[in-house]
Amino acid sequence: MRKTTKTIRVDYLARVEGEGALIVKVKKGRVSDVKLKIFEPPRFFEAFLRGRGYDEAPDMTARICGICPIAYQMSAVHALENAFGVKVDGQLRALRRLIYCGEWIASHTLHVYMLHAPDFLGYDGAIEMAKDHRQIVERGLQLKKIGNQIMSLIGGREVHPINVKVGGFYRVPSKHELKELAERLKWAREAALETVRWVAKFDFPTYEQEYEFVALNHADEYPFNEGRIVSNKGLDIAPDEFDAHFAEEHIEHSNALHCVLKERGTYFVGPMARYNLNFDNLSPLAKEAAFEAGLSPVCRNPFQSIIVRSVEILYACDEALRLIDEYEMPAQAAVDIEPQASIGFACTEAPRGLLYHRYEIDDAGIILDAKIVPPTSQNQKTIEADLHGFVSEHINLPKPELTWKCEQTVRNYDPCISCATHFLKLDVEQG
Amino acid sequence: MRAIVIGVGNEYRGDDAAGLIVARTLKSKNLSSLKIIEASGEGASLLEAWKDSDLVIVLDASCSGARAGTVFRFDANKQKIPAAFFRYSTHAFSVAEAVELARSLEQLPPNLIVYSIEGKNFAAGAGISPEVANVVEGVIERALCDLEDIA
Repeated sequence: MRKTTKTIRVDYLARVEGEGALIVKVKKGRVSDVKLKIFEPPRFFEAFLRGRGYDEAPDMTARICGICPIAYQMSAVHALENAFGVKVDGQLRALRRLIYCGEWIASHTLHVYMLHAPDFLGYDGAIEMAKDHRQIVERGLQLKKIGNQIMSLIGGREVHPINVKVGGFYRVPSKHELKELAERLKWAREAALETVRWVAKFDFPTYEQEYEFVALNHADEYPFNEGRIVSNKGLDIAPDEFDAHFAEEHIEHSNALHCVLKERGTYFVGPMARYNLNFDNLSPLAKEAAFEAGLSPVCRNPFQSIIVRSVEILYACDEALRLIDEYEMPAQAAVDIEPQASIGFACTEAPRGLLYHRYEIDDAGIILDAKIVPPTSQNQKTIEADLHGFVSEHINLPKPELTWKCEQTVRNYDPCISCATHFLKLDVEQG
Repeated sequence: MRAIVIGVGNEYRGDDAAGLIVARTLKSKNLSSLKIIEASGEGASLLEAWKDSDLVIVLDASCSGARAGTVFRFDANKQKIPAAFFRYSTHAFSVAEAVELARSLEQLPPNLIVYSIEGKNFAAGAGISPEVANVVEGVIERALCDLEDIA
């Protein structure tokens, strides 16, 4: 008699940042349930920030994630400057873009080379891949290192940078210091171009959905620190309208909060969203590389996110070189800040997508309330929807391959679950 | 001999801070010739951090199911580092992966010792458990012996 139920179980889902649990149930040839379980600890940092001085927020929130500390610092400083009515412009603003370029290069390269590429080449991980593709892995490590060097130079140190402050920086680099980086960045730009060409040759499963992509959009730059929040389905709001349009829902199967668009529900943030909503503002070289890789300005296949991420690495190298070329050391490392009782909001583009911070401050500059919405909590429902959709379309794949593809589907989003929580396990039940 | 001690962990994740605390305590002893750094545990950066060193001691927390406070010692040139030990790391590419990737790339330092301290509480905001705190000095003594024996 043909077996009608089977269970696919992977106790530990590798190559995602952090851990949680994932259950996909298939009954009678149909996907009956998909749950991405996130065991989120109490919103420790939001609680921890209450009662602290506003100037502690950048360094404290940088500790949330070792991979994207700059993103947390950037959203924090912009939200607090918004609260105090301060605008940071000129070369200080340019330095913020530059340090963000460093984080995108480091974070994206880690994901492309060490976590995601092994899926496409049939390896369990980068360790096995390195045995056969040593030069490629070494190129990835070198490329990532240059991103880290940008973060170290401007951020004071690579891990938990300490040089970012509300109003600017504690110290700004000299023109000479940045010029030294430029030489290494020229190599990085070539390596990034090679990366796009390399990943473009991978085989991609056919899978597309009608996603609502949400990202910052700026009139004349690919977004890092500033812009309106837009979507391909008509959303166009300022960051201070975030709470009016997005809601965090507590989901029973997960301790994490799922963020949804109040009007339409599930949405998609990150490199794919930025690319689809900001293609025109990529540099000519990045656009050319995207076309050469077979992408059009619209890309809806999340498996191709590895190409999009690589195009963003290339853009970040190109943009970093432009910023360094135009750099003049500012006279002041930071603008003066006068705390006042207020509420401030900001969204910036973390490597993994939109990162929202809101702070309520009293007139002594003490934080009364803080809200942080990381990209991964915004993508969770989309990841579940993708798993549902992908498994439904590939229900007859052999069990090991289906399990692998489920893991790969999660990794398409480079979920940084350590930003929101700690563990991820995969449990696919099929019957 | 160029020696480096790398404390790995997140101080806001309970016992995950074990490696950092050992490194900081060692630093407070003012051993002038010894380079001591802290790392978040993101593995690719570890390869860079130990690149020019002949003797590397990595200190991290583990969760293997052993009793809290149990100390494990791995000599990377003699054995594989079991990834399962470091599953509670907040990173997908962590200490074990860094060591094994270095092995694949034939970039293992001549001497690489990994100490892991078994933790029990990795919740955000929690301090380190007494069982972990109790073994900090013992790990320092063993690391200092390694430095003396190998250097």
